[in-house]
Amino acid sequence: MKALSLQRLNKTYRGGVTALRDVSLEVSQGEFFGLLGPNGAGKSTLIGITSSLVTMTSGSVHIFGHDLIKHPWEAKTRLGLVPQEFNFNGFETVEQIVLNQAGYYGIPRRRARQRTQRYLHQLGLWDKRKQASRTLSGGMKRRLMIARALVHEPPLLILDEPTAGVDIELRRSMWEFLREINRQGTTIILTTHYLEEAESLCRKIAIIDEGQIIEHTTTQALLNRLKTHAFILDVSGTTDHVTDIPGYAIQQLDHSRLEVEIRHRQSLTELFATLHERGVEVLSMRNKANRLEELFLRLLEDNGSDQSAEQSPEAEAAENA
Amino acid sequence: MYWRQSLIALQTIAYKETNRYLRIWMQTLLPPAITMTLYFVIFGNLIGPRIGPMDGFTYIDFIVPGIIMIAVITNSYANVVSSFFGAKFQKHIEELMVSPTPSFIILAGYISGGVGRGLLTGLIVTVVASFFTTLQIHSIGVLISVVFLTSVLFSLGGFVNAIFAKKFDDISIVPVFILTPLTYLGGVFYSISLLPDLWQGVSLLNPVLYMVNAFRYGFLGTADINIWIAYGIIGLFILLLGTLSLFLLHRGVGLRG
Repeated sequence: MKALSLQRLNKTYRGGVTALRDVSLEVSQGEFFGLLGPNGAGKSTLIGITSSLVTMTSGSVHIFGHDLIKHPWEAKTRLGLVPQEFNFNGFETVEQIVLNQAGYYGIPRRRARQRTQRYLHQLGLWDKRKQASRTLSGGMKRRLMIARALVHEPPLLILDEPTAGVDIELRRSMWEFLREINRQGTTIILTTHYLEEAESLCRKIAIIDEGQIIEHTTTQALLNRLKTHAFILDVSGTTDHVTDIPGYAIQQLDHSRLEVEIRHRQSLTELFATLHERGVEVLSMRNKANRLEELFLRLLEDNGSDQSAEQSPEAEAAENA
Repeated sequence: MYWRQSLIALQTIAYKETNRYLRIWMQTLLPPAITMTLYFVIFGNLIGPRIGPMDGFTYIDFIVPGIIMIAVITNSYANVVSSFFGAKFQKHIEELMVSPTPSFIILAGYISGGVGRGLLTGLIVTVVASFFTTLQIHSIGVLISVVFLTSVLFSLGGFVNAIFAKKFDDISIVPVFILTPLTYLGGVFYSISLLPDLWQGVSLLNPVLYMVNAFRYGFLGTADINIWIAYGIIGLFILLLGTLSLFLLHRGVGLRG
């Protein structure tokens, strides 16, 4: 069963800006799916169309098999949205905002109260329930939007940069919460600028650039495309004369840290032995973070160069003209 | 159609809207009570006796229905235009746009808020008026139906204004430059029989005149116009504005990208 199916989605805004070009995308039920892309790539437009906040120019959206235009009630009740910007009434209390949202989905008051209580507890907002939402901290406001999106218990949850501007501790706790609801069966689509977040949470990833999906695969398959792995080594001893070890790209970060790039099937043991011979002991080792970030930038660069290659005959013709 | 769920959604919006104007009663309910009290003091008690009777009634009795109507019209309009534009401006209208709530339920919810505030303000002004004169009622049915329908009509007007408004200035243009002149020239303070023929004819083009006069008929049993024509005009405008509101809401004009 597909939780979300987008077919040949196009969006051209008034003024002629094309935000999406023939985008087709399918997300399976139970998936934790990452949608990545630079600013202005079309992520928010895609989410806006899926959540009825933006009108599509052409194409179709199906949520759990229900056409968003022909059967809006069936489609919309299955979708929860956590938007990028705070979009609740700052004068209403935390509890009121979540209760009202339940009401808009036709949930009877008694059940709405039970769910509101449950989600506000789960997201650590119960003590703030009588507080006007505008007085909450940024992190609490983010959690309030998650509670609001979950109150009608949608099987598909879309989060548009939910951890933007959130401190590390809260981000980690939100990750754990999202993992848990995904384990319980909620399909999650996440857009984020933190590629570490996508690498940690998402099993599948699509990359959108200039209104087109340029990559759609599993996170692992994407990472496997990296031909090298980068490690950070914490070492003791003199590191001045180790950057020239043949066959390895080694960079001295400071007097006690080295960054080493290892190709697939290249031996780490051999490297450690060579370092030992040169009087350097490896104390600990870790993966260099942001592997996905490297790949992401590379894909965007490739997409850019592909497009300029495609455009070059036109450019040439224009120049000749 | 999911009627039960839609009804819950309607109750939720109506409750939220009612809660909104009650929470800020100092801004919504108190000012009209004070303003209208001043009208009664100045026009009713101080100037009224010098003006003399109007259409066979004391001046204060003549102006009471119109003054109540001013309160109902301005508050019904103001409630919906400010609430819906505020929801657009703060973007919490998106809560409703994302939800499966049908357009007509969203419209009905906001209109219920406008009608609630309009009628409550009308009731407050009526109570204030009762301190200045003994109110007589000719037809309670006409009174209730006219005030209710007028309130619906101007709530719809406020809704259309809010949909097109892009900034706060846009929500005050219609009340200041259109609504206020139409209301004050709608026979609140005078009978159009006092006007020359030309201006009587011009006055008949003002829809507010029909509402004020129909409402006055409910109180005093006298009116410058046929009240059935008044019902027809109110009904026609409700139909036009209601259809336009639904169309705009359904298309997402001013709401969807």
